[in-house]
Amino acid sequence: MTRKNRLPFIIISIIFVIAVLVVLPINKGILGQRGIRLGLDLQGGTHMVYRADLSGVEPGTEAEALNGAIAVIEKRVDVFGVTEPVIQRLGEDRIVVQLPGISETEEAKERIGRMALLEFGELIEGEGEEAKWVNERGEWKPATGVIDGEEVALTSVFFKENTYVTTDNFGRLFLIFEWDEKGSQLSEEITGRLINKPMGIFEGDSALLGDEGMPITPIVRSIITDRGQIEGLSLSEATELSRLLNAGRIPVPLTPIYEQTVSPILGSDFIRMSLQAGLIGLILVLLFMMIYYRLPGVLATGALMFYVSSVLAIFKLIPVTLTLAGIGGFVLSIGMAVDANILIFERMKEELRLGRTLGAAIDTGFSRAWPAIRDSNITTFIVCGILYLLGSRVIASAPVMGFAVTLAIGVAVSMFTAVVVTRTFLFVLAGTRLGQKTSLFRVYSGKGND
Amino acid sequence: MTDIVGKRFWFFLASGIIILFCIISLANFGLKPGIELSSGSMLTVNFEQTVTEADLKQELASLGYTGAIVQRTGEGNFLIRTGELTGEAKTALEDALGAKFGPITEAEFYSVSPMIAAETARNAYIAIGVATVGILLYITWAFRKMPNPFRYGTCAIIALGHDALVAVGIFSVLGGTLGWEINLMFITGILAVVGYSVNNTVVVFDRIRENLSKGISTNFEVVVNTSLVETLSRSLNTSLTTLFVVLALLLFVGASIQNLAVVLIIGIVAGTFSSICIAPNLLIVWEKGEWGRLFRRRRLPAKSQ
Repeated sequence: MTRKNRLPFIIISIIFVIAVLVVLPINKGILGQRGIRLGLDLQGGTHMVYRADLSGVEPGTEAEALNGAIAVIEKRVDVFGVTEPVIQRLGEDRIVVQLPGISETEEAKERIGRMALLEFGELIEGEGEEAKWVNERGEWKPATGVIDGEEVALTSVFFKENTYVTTDNFGRLFLIFEWDEKGSQLSEEITGRLINKPMGIFEGDSALLGDEGMPITPIVRSIITDRGQIEGLSLSEATELSRLLNAGRIPVPLTPIYEQTVSPILGSDFIRMSLQAGLIGLILVLLFMMIYYRLPGVLATGALMFYVSSVLAIFKLIPVTLTLAGIGGFVLSIGMAVDANILIFERMKEELRLGRTLGAAIDTGFSRAWPAIRDSNITTFIVCGILYLLGSRVIASAPVMGFAVTLAIGVAVSMFTAVVVTRTFLFVLAGTRLGQKTSLFRVYSGKGND
Repeated sequence: MTDIVGKRFWFFLASGIIILFCIISLANFGLKPGIELSSGSMLTVNFEQTVTEADLKQELASLGYTGAIVQRTGEGNFLIRTGELTGEAKTALEDALGAKFGPITEAEFYSVSPMIAAETARNAYIAIGVATVGILLYITWAFRKMPNPFRYGTCAIIALGHDALVAVGIFSVLGGTLGWEINLMFITGILAVVGYSVNNTVVVFDRIRENLSKGISTNFEVVVNTSLVETLSRSLNTSLTTLFVVLALLLFVGASIQNLAVVLIIGIVAGTFSSICIAPNLLIVWEKGEWGRLFRRRRLPAKSQ
C-alpha cells in the first residue's frame, strides 16, 4: 500500500463500518433511530384517497376547507394509535390517508370519512312543507331558530368540543353535550316551542339510530339552554360519536375514490421473499464477477458489499419508505451497480493489452470509462425523475415513487462506489505482489480480443 | 474482427419481423388493463376450507356478481375482481361467502374509481412521452460536439421505441393467452426499460464518439464496428448481471412484482439487442444515406471481410 492510497482506503473502511453499524440490525434502530421504514404493502395497512366535494365551499376558501378536513382527520386518526400515519393534501381537492398497520378498513374508513354532523329536526305538522327526512316516526324538517334576524338550523356545529359519555344509576347511557353561545340561544328558542313534542336527531340522510335500531326521537320536557343529552345510543356508538364530535367537524363531504388494503401477514411474506430474491441476485452477480473478471472481480465483490451496506444505510437515514417495488428498484440497481465496474474493468483490460503497467492501466481505464458511466446513468436519472412525478400525482402511489427513489439512490451510490471505492481497492492491489500477476486479470480472454 | 455492422440488414429484418408480430398481436388482443387503469375492485381472500374456483364463481354469480373474474392464486387463496365495490357491498359479499364456504380472511383489497383510473392512464401516457422527449434532448446535448447530434438522439429513441414496443407486444400476447393485465407496475417497468435501453445505447455511442475523435478510420462503418466490438463484452456482461437479479426477483417474489420483473426481462433482452444491432446500425444507414437501399431494394449484402 503506497502512502497515496492509504488515506482513501482508511476513509472508505470507516464509511463502510459506519454504514454497517447504521444498517444492523435491519428492523431495529440503535442510537435512537428507527428500523428501515416499510411501506404499506410490506407491513400491512391501508392507503386511501378521498375526494372532497368543494362545491358548497365559498370560492377562494377551498384550500382552507381542505386543510380543515386534514386537521380533523389527523385528530381522528390519533385515536387509532397508528405510528407514522400520513395525511396529506393531493392536488386540488384530494386527501391521501395512509395508515400503516391498520388493515381493518371498514372501521377506519367509517371513522375518517364520517362527517359527524348531527342535525336536529322537528315533525312537519302543517301542509305543503318539504320534508328533509322521512321515517317511521313521521316527516321531519330541520328545527330552526332565528339569530340576528337570520334563520339558522340547529346542528352539532354549535356543540362545544367537550362531549362525553356517562351512565346514570339505572344503567342508562347518555351522550352529554354543551351548547356554545349561539347554540344555547337557538336551543332555548326551539325547545321552548317544542315542549312535549318529539325532536329528531339526524346524521346525513338518516336518523341517528339507538341501541335497538330505532331512530332516537326524544320528547322535549323542558327548555334546554346550556347542556343536553342524547339517550339510547349503544356504548360503542356513543363513544365513537363523542370522539368524533370532539375532534371537530370535517367541513366538506368526502368520498373515497381509491383504496388499498394489505393484511400484515401478506406483508411479512413479501419481506421474506424479497430479501431472498435480493440475496440470491447478489450472490449470482458476485459469482459471475469473480469467475469472469478473476482478481478485479473479487475487488468488485468488496465494492458491491460496500455498495449494498451504504445504500441500505441511506435508506435508513433519509428515511426511504421501502415498498415491494422499491426493493425491486434496489435489487435492479445491484445488477446495474456492477455496470460501472464492468465498464472500468473492460477498459483496464484493453489498456493492459496495449502493454501498459497496471497502475497506468487503472488510471487510463478510469478516465476513459468515466464519460460513458456519467452519460449512461444520467438517462436513468431522467427516467427516475419522471417516474417519481408520475407516482406522486393522482393517488400518491408509494410503489411507483419508491421504485424511482431506490433506483435513483442505487445508481448514484453505484457511480460513487465504482469511481472511488473500486479504484482505491485496485490501487491498493497494484502495490502488492498479487498485482504483478496479469493472469489474475484475465487479460487475454473473453470477447473483444482479435 | 467480428463484423457486426455488415449484417445490419439481417438485424433490421429480424427486428422488423418481431415488431410486425407485436403489432399484429396488439391489434388482435390489445392490452388488458387492470383495475388501476380501468377502475373496479379486487379482493384477495383466503378460505380455510377447500373451495374450488367453479364453486366460488357460481356463488358469486348467484350473489349478482355475474361479471366477476375469479383467479386461484394459491392454497385456498383467491383473487376476485368485480366492478367498484362500496364498503357495505364488500362486507356483505364477504359475509355471504363466509356463510357459504366457511371462515374467510381478507388478505388484500383494492378499489379504484373510474376518475382515478382515467387520470392514471392519462398520466402514464404523458410520463412516457415526456421521458422520450427528455432523453432525445439529453442525447442530442450529450453528443453536441459530433456532427449531426440529433441523429444520435433519434437513433437512440428508435431503439428505445423498439424495446418498449416489444415489451408491450409480448404483454398483449400474455394478456391474450394467460389473461395478464397491465397495471402501474407495468408502466413503471416500461419506463425503467426506456432508461435501461438508452443507458446501453449511450455506452456504445460514447465509444463511437471517442473512436471518431481518435480518428481510427475515415470509414464511419469501420469506426462503428470497432466501437461495437470493443463494448460488446461490457454490454453482454451488464445485461447478464441485471438479468440475474431480475430473474431472482421474478422467481422469489412472484405474482405481486411479476409485471415489473417480466417487463424488465423483456426490456433487458430487447435493449441489449437494439443497442448493439439496431441503434448503431441505423446511425450508419443515416450517415451513409442508405435509406433508399433499406426500403427499395431488399437485397441483403453478402459482405465479408
